[in-house]
Amino acid sequence: MDVTRVRRTGAVFALALALPAAAPAHAQDAAPAKAVPAASASPPDDGEWAMPAKNYASTRYSELDEINTGTVRDLQVAFTFSTGVDRGQEAAPLVVGNTMYIVTPYPNRLFALDLTQPGAPLKWTFDPKPAASAQGVACCDYVNRGVAFADGRVFMNTLDGQTIAVEAGTGREVWRTKLGDINKGETITMAPLVVKGKVLVGNSGGEFGVRGWLTALDAGTGKIVWKAYNTGPDSDVLIGADYKPFYDKEKGKDLGVTTWPPNAWEIGGGTVWGWISYDPELDLIYHGTANPGPWNPEQRPGDNKWTGGIFARNPDSGQARWFYQVVPHDLYDHDAINELILLDLPVNGTMRKTVVRPERNGYVYVLDRATGEVLSADPYANINSSTGVDLKTGELAMVEAKAPKMGKVVRDICPTAPGSKDWNPSSFSPRTGLLYIPHMNLCMDWQSAEANYIAGTPYIGAEVRMFAGPGGHRGELSAWDPVKRAKAWSVKEDFPLWSGTLSTAGDLVFYGTMEGWFKALDARTGEELWRFKTGSGIIGQPIAYRGPDGREYVAVLSGVGGWAGAVVVGNLDPRDATAAKGFVNAVADLKDKTTKGGTLYVFALPSKR
Amino acid sequence: MSSPCRRSASLAVLAVLALAACDREEREPRGAPVGESGPGAIAQGTLYAGEPSPPDPRRQEYEGNAYHLAQGKQLYVWFNCGTCHANGGGDIGPPLMDDSWIYGDSLENIFATIVQGRPNGMPSFRNKIPETQIWEIAAYVRSMSGQTPTAASPGRNDSLNAKPAEQRTPKAEPKQSTPGGPQVEGRQ
Repeated sequence: MDVTRVRRTGAVFALALALPAAAPAHAQDAAPAKAVPAASASPPDDGEWAMPAKNYASTRYSELDEINTGTVRDLQVAFTFSTGVDRGQEAAPLVVGNTMYIVTPYPNRLFALDLTQPGAPLKWTFDPKPAASAQGVACCDYVNRGVAFADGRVFMNTLDGQTIAVEAGTGREVWRTKLGDINKGETITMAPLVVKGKVLVGNSGGEFGVRGWLTALDAGTGKIVWKAYNTGPDSDVLIGADYKPFYDKEKGKDLGVTTWPPNAWEIGGGTVWGWISYDPELDLIYHGTANPGPWNPEQRPGDNKWTGGIFARNPDSGQARWFYQVVPHDLYDHDAINELILLDLPVNGTMRKTVVRPERNGYVYVLDRATGEVLSADPYANINSSTGVDLKTGELAMVEAKAPKMGKVVRDICPTAPGSKDWNPSSFSPRTGLLYIPHMNLCMDWQSAEANYIAGTPYIGAEVRMFAGPGGHRGELSAWDPVKRAKAWSVKEDFPLWSGTLSTAGDLVFYGTMEGWFKALDARTGEELWRFKTGSGIIGQPIAYRGPDGREYVAVLSGVGGWAGAVVVGNLDPRDATAAKGFVNAVADLKDKTTKGGTLYVFALPSKR
Repeated sequence: MSSPCRRSASLAVLAVLALAACDREEREPRGAPVGESGPGAIAQGTLYAGEPSPPDPRRQEYEGNAYHLAQGKQLYVWFNCGTCHANGGGDIGPPLMDDSWIYGDSLENIFATIVQGRPNGMPSFRNKIPETQIWEIAAYVRSMSGQTPTAASPGRNDSLNAKPAEQRTPKAEPKQSTPGGPQVEGRQ
């Protein structure tokens, strides 16, 4: 009930655990230091953008400052490029050397643009030709969240479950490895991450009763080095001698089997379609696991390990170091796959190595990234389905009255199935010490029904309709101070925010709206300084880079879609409140505001002559 | 209702008449074989050589029958049609309650789409659903856009009341939508 009180109580516990007896009084007098990105995971900016998250710490921050609060008003289009695909463009463009790489939604074409020439002409196109039938097992549009670059190769995933290495100079295919089976409902939509010569890839398909996994492929050959499942026996999950979770609730033998009804783990979800971060100093990768299947929680009594949580693993062996289950026995499709930002920040006066996660369930979690201990969990959005996290046990306290039940419509649950925020990543500016979280303000009605498992068809068991939350605005951009554990400022948006944010050393925050506005805000105040209307709604990830001419550029893909934009790309019928798993009801007016598209926009200041 | 029938059945001469009087209760849940229904029976376009063929008699049998439509509505949920097409508004698959039809709006075309699957994501249910039940699902799909007689269309929803029941859905005039998937129409 009283979120504040729960949090304070928790903070006291954390304090008692974290500090020697003498420290607290002293610590409270000191001025709180700012949060800084993990140093080993955020090297100095080279002006390139070689992975969607910018660096292993996932800051999505550019040190370029030519475009800043003083100059941004003159920002204008430098060039554009049509992707030729008018489905949801969720990818981040990459820039390495003099070339920009962009990947489209299905059919997953990869383009290389020559940035040294006027208008950035095409250098080459790679067409992987994925199976068309894969479109039928993609839960939420045929999206792709980006590619990865390493050692002269571009690594991409296709909707039909393949990972492909392409020679960056020529667009020639080097290897391809088939990882997923669409007849089981498996697709791949996430952006791979390359760590120590291994390409990390996870599957999608949590709405189809797949079994979630993360795998590491040898970047040279495409051969599987290790594969970690997120349900099933410890040997499959790669839980062994190295596994040292912080909380007792994460300990026990074969919990990936025993926390499920018999054999339910085989179709239990826990996919890895979101973001991975890497700390080179601790030599650990961090990744989330998605929702358990089916959505109907009464069909899977138990904690449903290892779904809905965060793993730290050794990148060489895949062996788990720790796990924290954010949402045990998930009630609401709350995939725990959002971005994981590696920050060092003071907690009760002591600098801690943390991983910060704006979670789908509406809380910003700060965890010790060496141990998996929850240091704080504070609401950044409107929540009525839970009351807070007990920092001693790590348990999330749920509100019984909002729990889904068979044969009953449970009304006004906040947040919704896509959560307070979904996959679209936040950015962190070390200059302001603020995390810029793009999120939503929606609530929902939910009725559970018995789900039938038919391989290759969705396995859900719930009817949902969503609607605007208190205040009527459906989106919000919040600047969050992870040290003060509070919002510095926030800006309301009419439509849900489904784009990522970019922050820069020019003290700007860039993001896009579903109507198609691309905006720049003052990172310190939230004041809007510039806006540009693109051809379609924006759900992509903006980036900044230094061009071959030495100037700063900002790039973003425009093209509405994804779960939030399904009403437009699928031309769905809003008379049915449950269309697109209920999202259509919340954005029924989107068809009047934007149409499909697929265009790259690149912006720069006017060149001096 | 059944007891008079049973009594008459004891008289051999009247038996046939009495059974005939019970026919109005006949539901044939398994259905009788009703002839060829494969790909050869459907047309994808509206152009044909010579005179048009007479309408398939199954249209009358399935679309005008409240029992078949009610069965179809239940089967639509049980075979996970609804997890892709929602309650007609669409999701992964296209809406079924509007006026756009990529692969044909007739009962036979919908039957064929379910059996054969379609290239941009519609799975094939060949040999997975009994034929009679596929006709029932196809007839129910027709009811979602008001193509079936109001008297026969389902009158209520079983779960979260996502939209008015089929009986109260205004009839949409079916129109062709170009096949070719998302690149052309944003539809599968």
